Amino acid sequence: MLDAKGLDGRSLVRRRAGLRLWLSALWLGMLCLAALLAPWVAPHDPLSQDLFLGRLPPFWVAGAEPGYWLGTDSLGRDVLSRLLYGARVALLVAVLAGSITCLIGATLGLLAGFLRGWVDMVISRLIDIWMAFPPVLFSILLIAVLGPSLTSIIIAIVVIDWTRFARVVRAEAMVQGTMDYVASARVAGRGRIGTMLREILPNVLPTIVVLLTLEMGIAVIVEAILSFVNLSIATDDPTWGGMISEGRISIHQAWWVLVFPLIALFLTVLAFSQLGEGLKDRFDPVLR
Amino acid sequence: MSFLSIRNLSVRLKNGPPLLRRVSLDVAAGEVRGLVGESGAGKSMIGKAVLGILPPSVQITEGEILLDGTDLLRLSPRESRRRIGASCALIPQDPLTALNPSHRIGPQITNRLVDILGWTRAAADARAIDLLAEVQISDPARVLRSYPHELSGGMRQRILIASAFAAEPKLIVADEPTTALDVTVQKQILRLIAGMQARHGTALLFVTHDLGVVSKVCQKLSVLYSGLVLEDSTVTDFFTAPRHAYSAALLAATPKYTDPDAGLQPVPDAVIGAVRAEVDSFDRKAAHG
Ligand SMILES: Nc1ncnc2c1ncn2[C@@H]1O[C@H](COP(=O)(O)OP(=O)(O)OP(=O)(O)O)[C@@H](O)[C@H]1O
Ligand SMILES: [Mg+2]
Repeated sequence: MLDAKGLDGRSLVRRRAGLRLWLSALWLGMLCLAALLAPWVAPHDPLSQDLFLGRLPPFWVAGAEPGYWLGTDSLGRDVLSRLLYGARVALLVAVLAGSITCLIGATLGLLAGFLRGWVDMVISRLIDIWMAFPPVLFSILLIAVLGPSLTSIIIAIVVIDWTRFARVVRAEAMVQGTMDYVASARVAGRGRIGTMLREILPNVLPTIVVLLTLEMGIAVIVEAILSFVNLSIATDDPTWGGMISEGRISIHQAWWVLVFPLIALFLTVLAFSQLGEGLKDRFDPVLR
Repeated sequence: MSFLSIRNLSVRLKNGPPLLRRVSLDVAAGEVRGLVGESGAGKSMIGKAVLGILPPSVQITEGEILLDGTDLLRLSPRESRRRIGASCALIPQDPLTALNPSHRIGPQITNRLVDILGWTRAAADARAIDLLAEVQISDPARVLRSYPHELSGGMRQRILIASAFAAEPKLIVADEPTTALDVTVQKQILRLIAGMQARHGTALLFVTHDLGVVSKVCQKLSVLYSGLVLEDSTVTDFFTAPRHAYSAALLAATPKYTDPDAGLQPVPDAVIGAVRAEVDSFDRKAAHG
């Protein structure tokens, strides 16, 4: 349906933003399905090796073997199946690390920014001390201590990144706290926690959503980097980072082993950030 | 007995200068008291102290705030919150930030009645419709479903007024409720507040810069300078025979009440000097106990 409104600039911008939102949601939705259904939809066992089928190219390149759509790596493992299984690790880390980081960081930021006083002093000091540690060193140290596993990756991400949430949410809660609607709520008899949850939180939520989706993207990258340097999960379950690391060695003989996981990684991180921007507009009553 | 009675209230910036200097004033039930003074005189501070919403950077050092005979400052924070919530309300200055942008208008009026005062949802909804009609909003049902940004400034201020009267408070603090609006709307809003106040018999503490407003809606007024009450009079006395030189200068600075052709005159330096000296002598006396 086309009406006059469809022609003005603002709704054009909005429509484009809507498209971005839907495309990212579509990609992430497909990824979730792939991750959940990997055992059923993957054409091959991602671990089974067959040296006679090594370095098969993707389907449109001469020499491709039917059934191996995206080719095989140098050990003859199916790239598509490994990508699908890799999505499981990537999404698991994204969702768990992202939401735990968000929960801890946003809660502390909200408390500090709205309650002020000694609560703010303690939390702000904690953030300052925390930020004095170089994050990469910190994460490698942590994983060295905890041993490489999915849990330690998640813990490392939470421990390093909660300050991003805390800082931003604190600043926004502080601004919202000075608004007259907060004063009115307090006059009406709302308690401090009630005011924080009912009046402040809804206004900080769009920002939290953006941070959360960005964090999920970051978590995917961090997991990939740690797999790349062999500090991720200890088993030989496929991960995108691990595939990139292996593909790098045979880049000249079999570029597809490197390129497909890179594309998956790139699209996923992009989709998370676009999803955040799109959702922000949805959540914001003024832009809605 | 006065519904609100402030006795010798002193407020200072934590480890800083005094902001209110032994302020005393009364507001009887159903009475309107104006609070006038230049910017920074402490008008809003008095309102905030009464409503228990002083910023964390200031502290009350002495005095009493008697609400219906009970000193709020002696109660537990919880109990004073409860009493303020049950009998007071605020009409804030800026209708832009006084409504929560994330919530629809309806819940912003009714949630407090339901959650805090224990009304039924149906009673609160009916009340909201009545109130919006009373503040002359023509399509209450639609407005209640709107978000604040969908409404004009004047409309929002009407809603804030309706919301303030929702629970039939005994006392409303109106902090420059018309300053943020444009001139044509100001008059309507002012008339609206005065009308509502008279109909509901609500006591009003009315913060304003504008002596014209005082003459229209107030019965009493306090003139404030640098946190010191210089004059506490009835409006009639103030406009006919101001007792303090600063009051006289304020009146002279508002040409409408003397010579309409004289133009706006600043308060003379000599008067300001004398008032400053008064403030200093107050601080010296306070320092010596
Ligand atoms: N949050 C705050 N923290 C510290 N000082 C404050 C704060 N709010 C106000 N003050 C100071 O307290 C004094 C009185 O402020 P108040 O807001 O009561 O003035 P006012 O008479 O309402 O002025 P205006 O007409 O500009 O609203 C001013 O000197 C101001 O600088
Ligand atoms: Mg003020």
